[in-house]
Amino acid sequence: MTFTVDAALAARRFEVSLSLAPGETVAVLGPNGAGKSTLLAVIAGLLRPDTGRAEMNGRVLFELGAGVHTWTAPHRRGTALLAQDPLLFPHLSALENVAFGPRSVGVPKREARETARHWLAEVDAADLAARRPGELSGGQAQRVAAARALAVNPEVLLLDEPLSALDIHAAPLLRRLLKRVLAGRRAIIVTHDVLDAYMLADRVIVMEDGRIIEDGPTRDVLRRPRSRFAAGLAGLNLVSGTVTAAGIRSAEGLEFAGQHDGPLDAGQAGVAAFPPSAVSVFLGEAHGSPRNSFRVTVTDLEPHGDQIRVRAGELSADVTPAASADLGLAPGLAVYFVVKAAAVSIYPA
Amino acid sequence: MNRRKDSAYSGIPRWVVAIAAAGALFVLLPLAAMVARVNWPQFIPLVTSEASLTALGLSLRTAAASTVLCVLFGVPLALVLARGDFRGQRLLRSFVLLPLVLPPVVGGIALLYAFGRQGLLGRSLEIAGIQIAFSTTAVVLAQTFVALPFLVVSLEGALRSAGSRYEAVAATLGARPTTVLRRVTLPLVLPGLASGAVLSFARSLGEFGATLTFAGSLPGVTRTLPLEIYLQRETDADAAVALSLLLVVVAVVVVGLSYRGPAPAGSGSARSAGSAGNHGSVAP
Repeated sequence: MTFTVDAALAARRFEVSLSLAPGETVAVLGPNGAGKSTLLAVIAGLLRPDTGRAEMNGRVLFELGAGVHTWTAPHRRGTALLAQDPLLFPHLSALENVAFGPRSVGVPKREARETARHWLAEVDAADLAARRPGELSGGQAQRVAAARALAVNPEVLLLDEPLSALDIHAAPLLRRLLKRVLAGRRAIIVTHDVLDAYMLADRVIVMEDGRIIEDGPTRDVLRRPRSRFAAGLAGLNLVSGTVTAAGIRSAEGLEFAGQHDGPLDAGQAGVAAFPPSAVSVFLGEAHGSPRNSFRVTVTDLEPHGDQIRVRAGELSADVTPAASADLGLAPGLAVYFVVKAAAVSIYPA
Repeated sequence: MNRRKDSAYSGIPRWVVAIAAAGALFVLLPLAAMVARVNWPQFIPLVTSEASLTALGLSLRTAAASTVLCVLFGVPLALVLARGDFRGQRLLRSFVLLPLVLPPVVGGIALLYAFGRQGLLGRSLEIAGIQIAFSTTAVVLAQTFVALPFLVVSLEGALRSAGSRYEAVAATLGARPTTVLRRVTLPLVLPGLASGAVLSFARSLGEFGATLTFAGSLPGVTRTLPLEIYLQRETDADAAVALSLLLVVVAVVVVGLSYRGPAPAGSGSARSAGSAGNHGSVAP
């Protein structure tokens, strides 16, 4: 009883293979244009891939290729889409919006309304039933939209950045609510927010350039990221290179001493990850071992919590505002980033 | 949204306002001149003469019938043009909009060669015992021919600005295409459909050239109000002016009652549909 999708779309350089167990929620992370929304559109049937095959619980959603051409129309797929924009039908009340799905598959009006009331209550929006979408706040509208998607009891629920249009007060409420309703439900959630991945998903995939580059349990992917994007989300510096006896050698020839995380062979491809908080910044070269010290040029300074994040190309360090002022940090300044070997973890790429 | 009372910056140069005023005057002046020429003491007898009432009744009935035909053909055409993606789409649009720029008399001649007694379809229809040319049916066909583009243009614009994102969502919720059309698409573009229908009605009401060519001018059968006015003008200028005023009043009432302008800002549903259209599409 699984859901599998294999799809390629040359025009978007999209090629993805993914499967979901029943009740599994997967978060899709990745930079803009990575193909995350394309994935959802292909699954929903709003976009036709060149080739591929998708199957849900033994039912073929599409099979496209040489000589085969099976295509299930969007309305027969058993998916429901919750996008960034709630897209509530403006001419229908909240209740009628939620009842729309059941009504469309032939459920009698009264029964559909009962279902709608149930789901509105489920998203804490029972009191909004009579309102028109124009009379709802962004957070309320998104809650009603969530109820509408859930009311069709989809076999896979597709969420396309459902929280990103909400203000900082409405988002946590809806996130809690999604956590409740997504429990035990098969769903794919496209998000930019690592918190969504932690709270809502069992598994994370990271997409880049139309492909899946990382796939694994949320904790593992964010604790030991292999892609720069996932490392950025996890708030880690990431250096990829070749494993050496003491650590890793980057493509630019920098040596990083670190702790091998599990058995590693010298010469295999690996990555070194370390948090910016473990990086100290000095004006002159610091000695003492086991330490990593490299000369870098500051590219940017930005506030980060109560710290200042010092960016130097792909690496970053967190320093206190006072330290930043003492050092006279400014973009263009050459400094030394120093990180203890104990803070660097090395694992296979 | 700013209320009209707010003195928000409009950005219109004064000279543009002056030219606009001249343009408005250009439209209003002839109407005012006509009203000034009305023989008021004789007005009621003139417009209630049997010939006038017959022509007015025929005009209203045929215009209503052709508006129905415009909706029947125009809604699918607008949907296909706005939502479809096929070869020859631009060509189809050009042909559908052709009557907009064609002299109506040319349309009348074309209809005559299609449905007339010696026409392409007319001959077969004649064998089946159906005669269209110079009948009330011909009046309706002529009016539909010239009025259809008004509905298509208006509705296609409304469909495009509403976007297809609501339709995509409705489909993922399990709604068949027909259900999506009935419960989502049409309600969303209702203001556009209404204004298109009103424009078609108004255009049908004023139809002259194609009607005269294809349907002739038989009293009570094909002589609509514009034809009656044209005939009266030769013999009784007072009657022509009175009937013209009647037609103006009917047109103003119809348009004023239901036409809300090309960008329907009056209804909440149309506004949110329009603004949602700017965000792009669910199905990229």
